[in-house]
Amino acid sequence: MSNYYTDIPEIKFELENSPLMQRIVELKERNFADKDQYDEAPQDVADAMDSYDKVLDVVGDIVGNIVAPNAEAVDAEGPHCENGRVRYAEKTYENLDAMRQAGLNGMTMPRRYGGLNLPVTVYTAANEIVSAGDAGFENIWSLQDCIETLYCFGNEEQRQKYIPRVCAGETMSMDLTEPDAGSDLQSVMLKATYDEENQCWRLNGSKRFITNGDSDIHLVLARSEAGTRDGRGLSMFIYDKRDGGVNVRRIENKLGIHGSPTCELVYKNAKCELCGDRKLGLIKYVMSLMNGARLGIAAQSVGLSQAAYNEALAYARDRKQFGKAIIEFPAVAEMISNIKARLDAGRALLYQTARYVDIYKALEDIARDRKLEPEERQELKKYSRLADAFTPLAKGMNSEYANQNGYDCIQVHGGSGFMLEYACQRIYRDARITSIYEGTTQLQTVAAIRYVTTGLYSQVIEEMLAQEVPAECQTYVARLRAMADKFNAAIAQVKEAQERAEAAGEDKNVVHDLCARHLYEMAADVIMSLLLLQNAVSCPELFAKSLQVYVNLAEAEVEKHASLVCRMTSESIDNYRQA
Amino acid sequence: MSLKIVVLAKQVPDTRNVGPDAMTPEGTVNRSALPAIFNPEDLNALEQALRLKDQFPGTTVQILTMGPGRAAEVIREAMYRGADGGYLLTDRAFAGADTLATSYALATAIKHVCPNVDLIIGGRQAIDGDTAQVGPQVAEKLGLNQITYTEEILSLKDGKITVTRHIDGGVETVESPLPCVLTVNGSAAPCRPRNVKRVMKFKRALAPLELPQGQTYEDMPYADQYGKKQYLRIQQLTTADVNADLQQCGLAGSPTKVKAVENIVFKAKESKQLTGSDEDINGLVKELLASHTIG
Repeated sequence: MSNYYTDIPEIKFELENSPLMQRIVELKERNFADKDQYDEAPQDVADAMDSYDKVLDVVGDIVGNIVAPNAEAVDAEGPHCENGRVRYAEKTYENLDAMRQAGLNGMTMPRRYGGLNLPVTVYTAANEIVSAGDAGFENIWSLQDCIETLYCFGNEEQRQKYIPRVCAGETMSMDLTEPDAGSDLQSVMLKATYDEENQCWRLNGSKRFITNGDSDIHLVLARSEAGTRDGRGLSMFIYDKRDGGVNVRRIENKLGIHGSPTCELVYKNAKCELCGDRKLGLIKYVMSLMNGARLGIAAQSVGLSQAAYNEALAYARDRKQFGKAIIEFPAVAEMISNIKARLDAGRALLYQTARYVDIYKALEDIARDRKLEPEERQELKKYSRLADAFTPLAKGMNSEYANQNGYDCIQVHGGSGFMLEYACQRIYRDARITSIYEGTTQLQTVAAIRYVTTGLYSQVIEEMLAQEVPAECQTYVARLRAMADKFNAAIAQVKEAQERAEAAGEDKNVVHDLCARHLYEMAADVIMSLLLLQNAVSCPELFAKSLQVYVNLAEAEVEKHASLVCRMTSESIDNYRQA
Repeated sequence: MSLKIVVLAKQVPDTRNVGPDAMTPEGTVNRSALPAIFNPEDLNALEQALRLKDQFPGTTVQILTMGPGRAAEVIREAMYRGADGGYLLTDRAFAGADTLATSYALATAIKHVCPNVDLIIGGRQAIDGDTAQVGPQVAEKLGLNQITYTEEILSLKDGKITVTRHIDGGVETVESPLPCVLTVNGSAAPCRPRNVKRVMKFKRALAPLELPQGQTYEDMPYADQYGKKQYLRIQQLTTADVNADLQQCGLAGSPTKVKAVENIVFKAKESKQLTGSDEDINGLVKELLASHTIG
């Protein structure tokens, strides 16, 4: 009878304790215009917040009583490929049915298409809750957020055709990767040709590693401009499974997220529709799709970290050695406290990112209907930039944390953790993909590094450091000040090293790229510490311990990265080349 | 074809995970120590009703529950899951009812609120009393057929319902003309989850008894909503509303008298060492058969 939402008060805290939330609700509900037309629409901000809480209570209930109990069986069975179609594990259907009956699809879509019009922040919470129960199932269910891209860039006819279907529970996939186009999507070769006779587009070729590849509605990246070889020849298409033409050749055998079918797809003259404008497929639409998906992976990672914490804590309290519960031993207690600290810090970053995304997306949506006021345009620009800067931090850091937490969770279990009987092994395996797909951590660094060099992170850090805190927290402010100084000094060192390289006629990017990950992590460590400090100030019962533990960790991490940056800029960087 | 369905539901203390404080020293259930929940088998009953509603558009599913003001939670919960609404049967005169008085009250209320009911569906039994008597007694009082231990409704056509029912050693398929009463087993399909749109729509639904003392709907937050949306006012029925004979209600109408309640404490008194030999196993089986523990 567990509830994966109400059992974890930190989620509700993240949802309710931000000054941005009121603004998000106002933008999303647009003067509460829906209230007379839709019975379920809120009357005001407080009413909306109450509804969010109740929606998540339903999610937590379903996850606690259906999804999580099914996770082991789904992991063991996995999906099947039969006659070119996917058949999910038996219990996956039970999970999907429950989510559909509860109406938990198309959650962020406007009510006029059958959606719930929920902020991304609330959807993010649902996402982490589902992931904590079964990250593999979360993978299938959360692909519903592909509909955002169709909503933003599809035409009205396409919106009316597809969005209500997704809200009613039809699943989605994004068909991007190909054998020779992984991280480098510019190399996508799936061919899209216009069929003059039938007045429609046709797809031919194959795709690989497509999550939920036999979904009802696909967004497909394909080369519409014959003869081109780069990203500018790619367009986005909608493929409706009802039209046929795409078959599943095989399902991959994976290390983790077994419940989620990863498919190789064959397109044989498959009818499809162009979504948006030609040639903008990669450069505009996939970037939007990816940003949404990255926030989703960040949420999935936080869910896995929560699961790792729950399992580690329960085992350590229960398991007795040398006459006492192993949690009594400081070496074990430290591992568990570190898991909790990383979980709380990563979660704070996740929700801050989600709120930034919410504000800019809601403003963008308003801009579809009317011209924005100058101050609204400023606001849109500000939050859009913050969302772009925070998304790769949230995705990269949380996915790395999920891995570390899964690892530590097994370590807490000792020998039993290595056996397949405990949930920790599934969490460990499931977490492994999070730092790889939707852009590896290395690519998150690439996406984030410009905000290091342009000083955006430093600016955010300064603003947060300037906020008032109670006297008893001043020591934290001093420690965080010192961490921020080290971060800024490291940026300056890298810039100097680049200048020296340039003066010596060398490639200045080498030192930059080599230090990027370290600068990225320093920024994240400081920002997460500051977010956790804010949390601990408003709710010490929940966060005081984690703040202490996390700042201890983050301080050491910043020190480590500062030292590495120092060495990498001063010593021969050729040692980092093995070829 | 649209049907009129009444689902009988009860709010019960959750006796599934009892702690040491589950019973009072007097031997009665300590309701404050146990969370109040929707009786589990009544949820199975609700699912059967909702499946018919899915199948036959226009069908209405109304919940009927007897209890104090807070029992309206059961009605709201059912509305979240798909029921159209419900009635809270509540009156001091209903208090202390045994199964006979309860079934009299429920049958009388059904005659009043839904005289042309097609189906009455309830759980097999409630987890607080475990009698399984109320459903059958309601059927008797209304002069309707009853099908107990329902597993699944197979079909409903031409005024007849076909149902599989759980019996010892198997499943029996039976047919009955409508209207009739079904009681549903816990092994039947579980109830669908709450639907979030319905939760948001009905979350403010209240029965008058749930309002803070001395207040009306007009005093509540979002008071205008109670004026605009009648479904937010959960209907309450008293003995007078349903013209109930007070002699047959509550304590007065309950022939069951509890003489004494004994606390049974299980403790191991003696243990016996058995080997895996055929002889020992045969002996144990015979012993268990003799004590009616098995068989």
